Amino acid sequence: MSDKKLVKASSAEVEHEYSGGLAVVAPDAVKNPGLEPHRLRMTDKSVKHEKAAARQVSYMFFASVVGSVFAMWAYFAFPITEDLATVRANTLYLGLGLTLGLMGIGIGAVHWAKTLMPDAEVSEDRHPARGSEEVRAKAVEIIKLANSESGFSRRKLIRRSMYGALAFFPLPAVILFGDLGPNPGDTLRHTMWKKGTRLALDPTGVPIKAADITLGSVFHVIPEGLAELKKHKLEEKAKAAVLLIRLNPADLIESEERKTWSYDGIVAYSKICTHVGCPVALYEQLTHNLLCPCHQSTFDVTDACKVVFGPAARPLPQLPITVDAEGYLIAQSDFTEPVGPSFWER
Amino acid sequence: MSNAVAEKKKPGFAAGAANYLDERVGAGGILKEFGRKVFPDHWSFMLGEVALYSFVVLLLSGTFLTFFYQPSMEFVIYDGSYGPLKGTEMSIAYASSLDISFDVRGGLLMRQVHHWSALLFVAASGLHMLRVFFTGAFRKPREINWLVGFMLFVLGMAAGFTGYSLPDDLLSGNGLRIIDGMIKGIPVIGAYGSSLLFGGEFPGEYIVARLYGLHILLVPALILIFIAIHLFMVVIHKHTHYSGPGRTDSNVVGYPLMPVYVAKAGGFFFIVFGVIMLISATFTINPIWNYGPYDPSPVSAGTQPDWYIGWLDGALRLAPSHWEFVAFGGTWSMNILIPMIVGIGFLVIVAAYPFIEAWVTQDKREHHVLDRPRNAPTRTGIGAAGVTFYAVLWAGAATDLIATNFKVSLNQVLTSMQILLIVGPIVAYIITKRACLALQRKDREIVLHGRETGRIVRLPHGEYLEVHEPLGEFEQWKLIDFKDYQPTLARPNSKGKITINARIRAAVSRIYFEDRIIPVTQTELDAARHDHPEAIEAPVEQEAKQITQ
Repeated sequence: MSDKKLVKASSAEVEHEYSGGLAVVAPDAVKNPGLEPHRLRMTDKSVKHEKAAARQVSYMFFASVVGSVFAMWAYFAFPITEDLATVRANTLYLGLGLTLGLMGIGIGAVHWAKTLMPDAEVSEDRHPARGSEEVRAKAVEIIKLANSESGFSRRKLIRRSMYGALAFFPLPAVILFGDLGPNPGDTLRHTMWKKGTRLALDPTGVPIKAADITLGSVFHVIPEGLAELKKHKLEEKAKAAVLLIRLNPADLIESEERKTWSYDGIVAYSKICTHVGCPVALYEQLTHNLLCPCHQSTFDVTDACKVVFGPAARPLPQLPITVDAEGYLIAQSDFTEPVGPSFWER
Repeated sequence: MSNAVAEKKKPGFAAGAANYLDERVGAGGILKEFGRKVFPDHWSFMLGEVALYSFVVLLLSGTFLTFFYQPSMEFVIYDGSYGPLKGTEMSIAYASSLDISFDVRGGLLMRQVHHWSALLFVAASGLHMLRVFFTGAFRKPREINWLVGFMLFVLGMAAGFTGYSLPDDLLSGNGLRIIDGMIKGIPVIGAYGSSLLFGGEFPGEYIVARLYGLHILLVPALILIFIAIHLFMVVIHKHTHYSGPGRTDSNVVGYPLMPVYVAKAGGFFFIVFGVIMLISATFTINPIWNYGPYDPSPVSAGTQPDWYIGWLDGALRLAPSHWEFVAFGGTWSMNILIPMIVGIGFLVIVAAYPFIEAWVTQDKREHHVLDRPRNAPTRTGIGAAGVTFYAVLWAGAATDLIATNFKVSLNQVLTSMQILLIVGPIVAYIITKRACLALQRKDREIVLHGRETGRIVRLPHGEYLEVHEPLGEFEQWKLIDFKDYQPTLARPNSKGKITINARIRAAVSRIYFEDRIIPVTQTELDAARHDHPEAIEAPVEQEAKQITQ
């Protein structure tokens, strides 16, 4: 059993020998015993079984006809009305009829093949993909002829100028896609929030009074006026959505510059995740954490919405808020940084 | 006399039609060439068929849907049959998807047929790829067809994603939002890329119509072309077959196309279609009416993409915090870039694998007899590592559901997944490779010593023996017939220099073939049969120092 007995393996075809590379084979390798003798099936041996199988196949095909007819009947027999149960009945019975129509044919045909068509395996020779030496020589000859007739190798100027032309012709096609979208400009930096914009409920657009917000509650907020927008409503909402939370002021950790951004423990943060932009909609009251349901980035509301877990890198931007003379919550300004997913120029 | 009668008899319709076609398109020659073409039989060869047939079902059901669906993001007030959403403002795309579900007879059925067959198409393609990988069907001359199949798998995911986004419901809109975030994360061009894709700011008014064009024209056309190439090459190469008596690299053993395979494969199309129909009639998929129209603000907990996108979503979830930094005047969102690179890198390795293995073995022969996975232990180990890697990313897309359903900490689930992503493939590789070698040893044992019968006999001198029943000539062949490779040493080339390429190849060949089981030889077989069966030594595993090549 030492390797010395093994020899390099290769495949000797009539015209060409292929290297086996690292393949080895023992000189006394076991020989392929050849095809196994064929064993007869019951349907080959007994007329009774053969006839039974033939009957079964035709039953399947009949069943298919029944299924198809049933499906057509079901289309009319189970109309859809405003009652939702009718949708289910229509889908179910139409589908079951079609299933029988299809399965009958399928099972019938396969049963036919397996029981009644010959099941003795046959062998067919393969031929290597590589052409014979003669064919290859002929192919080379054609290429040479084409080359000499066109002067492809000889005429350098033509060839190179053609490469140049071929390299340039697709470029206009790339440029043509330029108007797929405008230059983003600074649209990603601004939202609908302005100094004095009232905070309103999502989706009704009713302004919110600071007094209405109880401790620990969460409000889904949009800028007042967004609900009435006729154009670009979703685009604006995708940037301006805000979460409003009232915390115990003692729990809040606020930096000096942001001391004035909250109002009596009420803080407003962008609802758009700084990871890839899902709405950060799950609030855990006990831990004061906001969780993004898409990729589980978690933000600490008490600590400037810093990332405590998950793939997001940046805190949720804070919207500076205060109240107006009537007690409604208003924005002091727009967000001071771009909301949503990171981008290069931010 | 009877001959004369037969000559006078008018040919029937079939014969007439055959003659008509032959005289115009040479149908006779085509039939002569392909009519009795031999196809081997094995259940695993049906996986590719399932993919092909589900694609046909996709085309049929998809065409039905286009007659009713409207790819517009204009807003309308819904006034269809679905009560809970009456009076809601929504896009025409979403409203028409609801109409297909609630106002078109058989519409919901066709929507579900389309969605289920899409899921099945990608699943069957993936399983078919695994079958091809683990049996070594990608070896020469089929490397190019592996690439074609790979393209089909990727296009299948693209078709799935573009279609998933069309109903413009809350869930699919969130999927697009994630795509938007990922594109924005690409250095330098991110914001422009997003603006070009969405025609301005997300979500804009264009994306559904644009995806619709891709989904019903470009992507399916590409899939059709690649399927044509894929099948054309199957015909050129003739199908591979599993090892067995009479099967060699220079023949193909199986049943003729006509009539057996026409009946079997044709029938199988109806079975696949029928099963999809049965599932669609009885199981709801993608109930868009429950999600509501897209709105960037709400989202439900436990959001999940369709299964084939899960692994990419998982990659996004598994990226640790604080990977983003600012340098060279821009923001580098490594928490998005690394998952993208990992995903693309994984696909590139999958595509390149046949060429890597061919470079290691340097085997230039044509291979038509498939490997049993155990007989290529290193490849099977690599495959298991790849499957594990994919599976961990896939499970990563369900971290929140795992945490809530099993009542464990989300943070711990995620950390475990991160560790598992690195450790899992390594462990899978080692275990699988060892299991393969053990199975090969077992095969060797069975060939040489026969099968255990459970019958114990007592010899005259008191010794007990279990009687082993030898395998038949045909039965044992499957256990003997496999290719054997030896690791190589780094050898100098014609200039007397050992190239780096040669060194790396030698090292990799050792990883591949250092531990290997040699096929049973005739000498061993004779010795085992004629001497005392129990005197045969246990199989020998090759040692590195024995390399003599």
